[in-house]
Amino acid sequence: MKNGFAIFFAVLVALGSSWLGLVVAPAIQLGTAKLDPVLNSSDTWPQQRTGEATLGLQIYRANGCAACHTEQVRQAGVQAEVSLTGLGKSNPAEFKAFVQSLFILPELEKVTNNLAAFVKDWNGDLPKTFLTTDDLEAAGTMADRLKAAGLKSETLIVATGPDIARGWGVRRSVAADYLYDYPVQLGGLRVGPDLANIGVRDPVASAQLLHLYAPGAVVKNSAMPSFKFLFEVRQAGATPSPDALNLPKEFAPPAGYEVVPKPEARELVAYLLSLRADQPVYEAPFTPAITKP
Amino acid sequence: MNPAETNPDCNAKIDASCRVPLLALFGGAALWLVVGLTLALLASITFHQPEMFAGCSYLTYGHLAPAANDLLVYGFAIPAALGVILWIFARLSQAELVLPLVPFAAANLWHLGVVIGLGAILFGGSSGFTWLEFPRASAMLLGVSFVLVAISAVATFGQRKERELYPSHWFLLAALLWFPWIYSTANFLLVTTHPVRGATQAVIGWWFSNNLIFVWFALVGLGVAFYFLPKLAGRPLQSRYYALFAFWTLILFGTWCGIPQSAPVPAWLPAASAIASLLLIVPLIAVAAIVWKTLRGAGVPGGGGTFCYIKFGTLAFIVSGLMLMASACPQYSRVLDFTWFGAAQVQLQILGFVAMILLGAMNEILPRVMAKELPFKKFVAAQFYLSIFGVALFVIPLAVAGVVQGRAAYDPAAAKIWLMISTTGLLLLLVGSVLLFVNISIMTVQWKLALAKTVIAYIKSPLETSEVKS
Repeated sequence: MKNGFAIFFAVLVALGSSWLGLVVAPAIQLGTAKLDPVLNSSDTWPQQRTGEATLGLQIYRANGCAACHTEQVRQAGVQAEVSLTGLGKSNPAEFKAFVQSLFILPELEKVTNNLAAFVKDWNGDLPKTFLTTDDLEAAGTMADRLKAAGLKSETLIVATGPDIARGWGVRRSVAADYLYDYPVQLGGLRVGPDLANIGVRDPVASAQLLHLYAPGAVVKNSAMPSFKFLFEVRQAGATPSPDALNLPKEFAPPAGYEVVPKPEARELVAYLLSLRADQPVYEAPFTPAITKP
Repeated sequence: MNPAETNPDCNAKIDASCRVPLLALFGGAALWLVVGLTLALLASITFHQPEMFAGCSYLTYGHLAPAANDLLVYGFAIPAALGVILWIFARLSQAELVLPLVPFAAANLWHLGVVIGLGAILFGGSSGFTWLEFPRASAMLLGVSFVLVAISAVATFGQRKERELYPSHWFLLAALLWFPWIYSTANFLLVTTHPVRGATQAVIGWWFSNNLIFVWFALVGLGVAFYFLPKLAGRPLQSRYYALFAFWTLILFGTWCGIPQSAPVPAWLPAASAIASLLLIVPLIAVAAIVWKTLRGAGVPGGGGTFCYIKFGTLAFIVSGLMLMASACPQYSRVLDFTWFGAAQVQLQILGFVAMILLGAMNEILPRVMAKELPFKKFVAAQFYLSIFGVALFVIPLAVAGVVQGRAAYDPAAAKIWLMISTTGLLLLLVGSVLLFVNISIMTVQWKLALAKTVIAYIKSPLETSEVKS
């Protein structure tokens, strides 16, 4: 290489390729994304945050919360759970024989071991989840056969993986979850727990405020610093303020004083409560649990 | 082969022409290294004592950690790299630095930008994007200053007597082109009133981080190493063709890495990054082969001089590249994602690789451009040993903490003891950085006093008779 233009050309080719691939292409593919339809529903996803929560996102940014918390849930795969809810006219023995008769189907080849174990152990109680598999096709075939045989069954699609098992979410995070956010702060380090679904996990504002003021009062030996500067310690009036924190003794202010959240703390908590990725979408399907009254 | 740099008179003149801009770039860099490591140490301590700074918002971990990281990269590494690039270009061209006052002014603008950015992060004005926390005003100053320094560097490059480019030229010229492109793209698309929407922000953030921390630093570190290693070993670089191969594969594959495997984006993005990360093994092997073949049997005395700094730096580069590959491998990323392992890789890349190479180069260049010995020559070796133990004690425990944390399903208590050890590593690094700062400050003060003396002597000297009006 005899002159600088060769270097210019090399940079143009190399960096240009990743610029087109990792900047321009995602900007076209994701930047023009529309609202996602929620599966089996007429709703769309995501929902716009409330004004207070949108302000709270800026408190989250200003305090660098993303240095210790992620907002993304991973998922290893999906599983189908086929449960038997009613036997119709047949009895358990007939059902077992019916299941055994299906073993010859090529679609069920991978799950025959699971089914054989079920046939051996089942004592006739209902409802009973008798097939859990990541082979969604087999689960579908099974459900169709049961329906054709006049049996009542229910198929649940559930996400799997360590994050899901920890209760950090019901499905993996998808690009659509962040459509309305600026800045998008996914975070890269989990010193504290993931917050993608903190609004589902811990939906009580007063508990969130208490945790921000005195993390040690909620989680023993918490590594989180106190965010006392988002609160005001002031002299209590004749009756305590309705929004004063209900602190345990060792964290309480001196007698006659009370701790009330500043607007920043309220906004931050509103944002935290708005963090809930709990709707099934095309990229990450699952069967939502039916909330019991 | 290194171009002939044999004429001592000529070299002394070239070195002197770099003095003013290099002092501005290096002096600020040395100061920011001390401040950045201090903030990093404070951030690390808050893990053991979360309540220590609970009262002041600007000293919580979320403020300290990004501030410390940005100071190490924008405060120390980039200005130091620019200074070293200017000097190497002048030496390789065998020409005096062109427009020396432009990089001097740019250095001051740059440091002003860092001051603004630091204040903004500490007082809640961070932009919220990793490595782009500096607000718009500060980013603007940094971008303009970089281009100004690059203009002087490229003009000096144009003065070269030998038309054929030396391998360091490729890496360092590419670095001068790389940074303005990635920094302007990222700032115009992210830190603006009309940002791109949704998860695209995260993708562009990852693209920028990887192109800065992995590719840009690799270009600078290797470019500087390929200049000094053959020179200090007294043998030509082995070989030019290996270096060309390493250069092309590094920029072609390196630039596509960086999208984490778990990213909530369309699957083709992390897949492309995983493939590129696997292919990184090619430039890593090429770099190892070059260093091995150039240094084998050279018999350079060790003792903690520049040669040791640069050898350690290239070793750190290879380890950090392997760590990057491991964390991009889907099988390992399930455990390593979101743990301290990623932080360990980034810190090794910054403190173990590029900082070590730049510190070695600065210690070599400073006495030459100032035309006098360092005030405390022994500090160079002392800083070397402090730094290698510091890097080892900082990075290895962090990587172990990452694996432990990943296996314990992110239980923060699991990694605590390892984090404590890593705090010790930071302390050693901080002590080492103070040594450089002391040397450079004394040199600056002496030089300024000497300047002042000359000026005073000039003013006081009696006018020559020819100038006296009769």
